[in-house]
Amino acid sequence: MNRSEAREIASNALWKQNAGLVQLLGLCPVLVISSNIVNAVSLGLATSMVMLLSGMAVAAVRDFVPNELRSPIFILIIAALVTMVDLLFNAYAHGLYLVLGIFIPLITTNCIVLARAEAFASRQPVLAAGWDGLMMGLGLTGVLAGLGAIRELAARGTLFSNLDLVFGPVARAWTIHVIPADAGYQFLLASLPPGAFFGLALLITGKKLLDRRAERRAAAPSVPLHTEPA
Amino acid sequence: MSSAARSSLRGALTLLVFALICTALMSVTWLLTRARVADNEQAARLALLGEALPGIHYDNDPVADAITLPADAAAQLGQATAQAYPAQRLGVTQAVVIEATAPDGYAGAIRLLVGVGRDGRVLALRVIGHKETPGLGDYIEATKSAWSAQFTGASLQSPPESQWALTKDGGRFDYMAGATITPRAVVRAVKAALAVVAARRVMLFGEEGER
Repeated sequence: MNRSEAREIASNALWKQNAGLVQLLGLCPVLVISSNIVNAVSLGLATSMVMLLSGMAVAAVRDFVPNELRSPIFILIIAALVTMVDLLFNAYAHGLYLVLGIFIPLITTNCIVLARAEAFASRQPVLAAGWDGLMMGLGLTGVLAGLGAIRELAARGTLFSNLDLVFGPVARAWTIHVIPADAGYQFLLASLPPGAFFGLALLITGKKLLDRRAERRAAAPSVPLHTEPA
Repeated sequence: MSSAARSSLRGALTLLVFALICTALMSVTWLLTRARVADNEQAARLALLGEALPGIHYDNDPVADAITLPADAAAQLGQATAQAYPAQRLGVTQAVVIEATAPDGYAGAIRLLVGVGRDGRVLALRVIGHKETPGLGDYIEATKSAWSAQFTGASLQSPPESQWALTKDGGRFDYMAGATITPRAVVRAVKAALAVVAARRVMLFGEEGER
């Protein structure tokens, strides 16, 4: 994997083929756990870690796996890795483990993990596969973070609440109250499931707009017909 | 052996090898994390119990000394089995934490810990599990609002029996607009917990329990 390949993989995973915004894979956790930034990013990072490890593991064993046994063996590998991540969370980030609950084991069933194992890792060298997995995971984490921020802000007017679950009680003071806490602001819809769909729709629309603008700029003649103010 | 049989045998062996490797990896992780996980769970339980016992100094391990309540008391508390966790100092029980379940929340059961002092008054109420609507019914959690603090100091005598209800129902306890089923269920469960403690003073506080 040389540098330009690595860059290609990264830009594909983070933007062009983003798991959450373009491939729309792994929506179940995206929609459920994104009610605030801390939960969303934590699950995103856990997924990234699983994808990094599963990408490398699948690529490492790809020559020993008979074609017809690909799926069961990949699922076995992914499930084992998820179980290990689950145990590690339980041991080293117990508060977060309680919040993420069932969604850590459910990483196994996140289609994006198996999709990358099948489509990429099973045909690529170990390093490239690991890099692709990590980048895909981080792309998903980015979407989760954005969605978490939108929903948290709209629902309660805060950012980074629940940080104490990761960093201990000290972090309780790190919550940013964009709208003062004693204003009692809340917009319930944003933190309920429909809010997740609306938020995701906004993000997808935003990405399409940016892509279209970039396209138009690329298609425009190289010598501008009229100069715009810088 | 035919070639089909041979290839299935090889497939099965491959799967077996992968299964063994994965199982071994998981077992090692489990063994390495086991002690820490157990510590975490114990610490989380003790921290919760501690929150239900504000201002009480105790030198025992309430979880290790837990008392299993008889079946009729458990039924009163909305549970199949129920534990009481005594907080003792120098062998004298200062307070107990009772597990109680309000079976009639808006979205299923609400699980509570009620800390009760020797004087039969509520020390603190902690919600440890519920499925109430976020943003509407979840103000019963101590982390979300101060609602649960109004139970502190309440006993079966004060407020009197008839006042053990929401203000909306002519009682003493506040609620927040939008969710009344949730706090109603909690009020009933706290009252049941106090009744269980009152009926079993000897069992929970020992012979010399004050009256």
